Amino acid sequence: MPRITVTVDGVEYEEEVEPRLLLVHLLRDRLGKTGTPIGCDTSNCGACTVLLDGRSAKSCSVLAVQADGSDVVTVEGLARGEEWHPMQRAFHEEHALQCGYCTPGMIMAAIDLVRDDPDPSEQAVREGLEGNLCRCTGYCNIVRAVRRGAREMARQEARTA
Amino acid sequence: MTEQLDAGLVGERIAESDQLGRPSAAHEVGRARPRKEDARLVTGRTMWTDNIQLPGMMYVAFLRSPMAHARITRVDTSAARSQPGVVAVYSGQDFAGEQGSLPCAWPVSDDVVIPDHPPMAVDEVRYVGEAVACVVATDRYKAADALDAIEIDYEPLEPVLDMTEALTEGSPKVHEAGNQAFTWKFAGGDIEEAFRDAPVVVERTYVQQRLIPTAMEPRAVVATTDGETFTLYSATQIPHVLRVMLALTTGIPEHRLRVVAPDVGGGFGSKLQVTAEEVLALLLTRRLGRPVKWTESRSEGNLTVHHGRDQLQRISVAADRDGRLRGVRADLLADMGAYLMLVTPGVPLLGAFMYNGIYKMDAYDFRCTGVFTTKMPTDAYRGAGRPEATFAIERTMDELAHELGMDPVELRRRNWIAHGEFPYTTIAGLTYDSGNYEAATDRALALFGYEELRAEQADRRERRDPVQLGIGVSTFTEMCGLAPSRVLGSLSYGAGGWEHASVRMLPTGKVEVVTGTSPHGQGHETAWSQIVADALGVPFADVSVLHGDTSVSHKGMDTYGSRSLVVGGVAVLAACEKVRERARNLAAHMLEASVEDIEFADGSFRVRGTGSGRTIQELALATFAAHDLPDGFEPGLDADATFDPDNFSFPHGTHLCAIEVDTETGQARIRSYVAVDDVGSVVNPLIVEGQVHGGIAQGVGQALFEEAVYDGEGNMLTTTMADYLIPSAADLPDFVTDRTETPATTNPLGVKGVGEAGTIASTPAVVNAVVDALRPLGVRDVRMPCTPERLWRAVTEARAAQTGSAQTGSAQTGSAQAGSTQTGAAQAGSTQITGGAR
Repeated sequence: MPRITVTVDGVEYEEEVEPRLLLVHLLRDRLGKTGTPIGCDTSNCGACTVLLDGRSAKSCSVLAVQADGSDVVTVEGLARGEEWHPMQRAFHEEHALQCGYCTPGMIMAAIDLVRDDPDPSEQAVREGLEGNLCRCTGYCNIVRAVRRGAREMARQEARTA
Repeated sequence: MTEQLDAGLVGERIAESDQLGRPSAAHEVGRARPRKEDARLVTGRTMWTDNIQLPGMMYVAFLRSPMAHARITRVDTSAARSQPGVVAVYSGQDFAGEQGSLPCAWPVSDDVVIPDHPPMAVDEVRYVGEAVACVVATDRYKAADALDAIEIDYEPLEPVLDMTEALTEGSPKVHEAGNQAFTWKFAGGDIEEAFRDAPVVVERTYVQQRLIPTAMEPRAVVATTDGETFTLYSATQIPHVLRVMLALTTGIPEHRLRVVAPDVGGGFGSKLQVTAEEVLALLLTRRLGRPVKWTESRSEGNLTVHHGRDQLQRISVAADRDGRLRGVRADLLADMGAYLMLVTPGVPLLGAFMYNGIYKMDAYDFRCTGVFTTKMPTDAYRGAGRPEATFAIERTMDELAHELGMDPVELRRRNWIAHGEFPYTTIAGLTYDSGNYEAATDRALALFGYEELRAEQADRRERRDPVQLGIGVSTFTEMCGLAPSRVLGSLSYGAGGWEHASVRMLPTGKVEVVTGTSPHGQGHETAWSQIVADALGVPFADVSVLHGDTSVSHKGMDTYGSRSLVVGGVAVLAACEKVRERARNLAAHMLEASVEDIEFADGSFRVRGTGSGRTIQELALATFAAHDLPDGFEPGLDADATFDPDNFSFPHGTHLCAIEVDTETGQARIRSYVAVDDVGSVVNPLIVEGQVHGGIAQGVGQALFEEAVYDGEGNMLTTTMADYLIPSAADLPDFVTDRTETPATTNPLGVKGVGEAGTIASTPAVVNAVVDALRPLGVRDVRMPCTPERLWRAVTEARAAQTGSAQTGSAQTGSAQAGSTQTGAAQAGSTQITGGAR
């Protein structure tokens, strides 16, 4: 079985994996990173979105072996201690979640979206999140949260620059 | 418009920092509090059922029937058993005699047929996806691998896929007893008289297509035993009901069975069920003595999570020329699928009381025939019966308005129950306690810009713009807060409608609330904390809410039908009142005053007219020490309460939709959507707003996107999220939501429930708008979902009919697939409804 090295939320793991093992199952079943849920088996819903070397990826459509040597950030790796990532705060403050099952994927996808478009319009957020499905919110508050999170991320960046 | 509303909402939203730890002298109820639940959800520290890992745990995978209807003639599991990692392989036969029958708790009528429903099929399969065998293995991949090695021979039987055909003489039978599951009817007033010589009669038939609820979290089950006791973790809405039902069906005694609903990722009715997988997980852990887990894949879920809707509705209304309604007739065929699950036959009955909507009329007549087919069973899906009813009456009101040449809003005004007429007993026999349809409608019209949009519509019609504008209105009410146990009993429902709460004052003055409701996204931890903070005068942050574990919350009726706040939240308040009374008695003792002289405010009990008092926290600690209690006073300030209201609750509202339909491509796009809902008093406006948003999206899904499709053999064609389309962010506009508040008079909080409102209201608003857009082209109706193809065909067919050239190619095809399929089904259907129900 192939041996891979992967860094997840700042911790390096060395694992022997079956070639067919999906990244999301490596994260959930082997590494105990259950913050990333699975919502479908066709890469349509986006619940399992993580950052793979900085870019959002649906971890159900990546083989664990493909992640060899990569840096993975999951929703569990976003907060600094007890201080949440601005996008996490924005989702909370805008009530952009109900059952919360899609939320980790939404937040990860939103962070990547903002990286490309630091001040996205409503339409840009709607189109950018088309691959992340939510069944509870109707998306209005998610769109607000992403735009608010984007502003907060910009502010935070300006402070640390 | 949007900005104005947003400003209002932002004003209500309170930064959490200035609230935490503050005593709640300022009232919590009514505040837009961001939720407590969010902390674990946004940081990924949730406990979804699939996250649970127990030592020695095995994975279960199910082999499912590839045939809609067949006899099982041979099962060979030997090859599968020898696969690596496989612990056990069983077929239905291996559990015969042990697996019992999945329960139906709503035997609606005397003639109801409740077929035996083994969790794993034993000798006959009746829908694609029915479990026929299972593998238990050391990991999920190996379990799935071994399914391929199971050999099953089937002798095909004819599938039964069409409800109308299912009731005809000579149809193949789903069950020995035939394909009619039940009949049910009731009437109010003299319906014959109402229709006799009526100046206007409008009759329509609608197809309520089959839907898949599609909670984001797939179902999952973990079962374990220590040999004596059993624990079942399940992504369920109903841990309490589930425990009772499992004890009754598996033979595991109730006191040795604990059911836990950990974090549950949405339900919408689909997790209001006793499933084959839950039963089998328990039987497997009993047989193997090890923990087992099963998690469905989405494609497995689309086949086997119970489906929603699937009714054929014929509705007729009789009216005077001035628009006054005389009577409404509703005849339904309701597809039960292959079996009756927990509340399958009750779903169309919940709608039975709602086909009259918010309107006054002289007579009403309802008939329903439940029909067995070889498809996945249907059961509760968000709104359960009420969206179907509301759709039928609200679509038909638009047709009547058109018939009369009247504005659809004006027609509604002429018929609805006026604000001053509440409480009002409807022709269907319900007493609506309160409502203000005028206020909600006026507010919605103003926010929508109704007149301007009508002017634009006229302009586009005149210009023959290829993109036409349609305006749809839907005014609605629903019976929710499913409660009065006596009423549910009169409808043969197998459980009560009460709810339980327990409030425990801990020695340090913190509060634990135990609730019988079982949330899966509704924010009970936050809303219940707000109620308790006000009732006991403790800080919001000092309250925690325990739920969803029968070893902690020992009784309850769980969460569905928008009942949680209306019944469960009121039970919490009632328990708080008992705590307060105990505390008042203790305070009187400690302050050496009479109980009558003790007043309570802001968390303190004070002797009237003096400065001396005790906080509720001091009293809690005093009962822990128990050094000086009144004679006979038991330590602790805890109290239990149950609440069983005298009536349902009746939220209402007015939804307006403007839609642009491209008549050349059939593409429909919602341009604006306004919802003014009246859900009575509001505990947390954020939660209300969120639920309305999500509800609208789900109703729009039915109107425009969603349908579970079976082919002619009974294979499902929509097994993935690529085929079964739920709306994405890009498919929807920013909804404008607002509310009016007419408190319920039947509970002390004045609340009415909100979970289903958006879904009930939005589907007819959207389809009314679609038809309104295309009416000048001759389109009278479009079957849901109004996909671009259907709209294009409807336009093409209508144009062909108008130019008198209906014989040619695509128009004919169009008519076969869109328009007249429906008409055809309607005619055949109504004949059968008559035959079946009368």
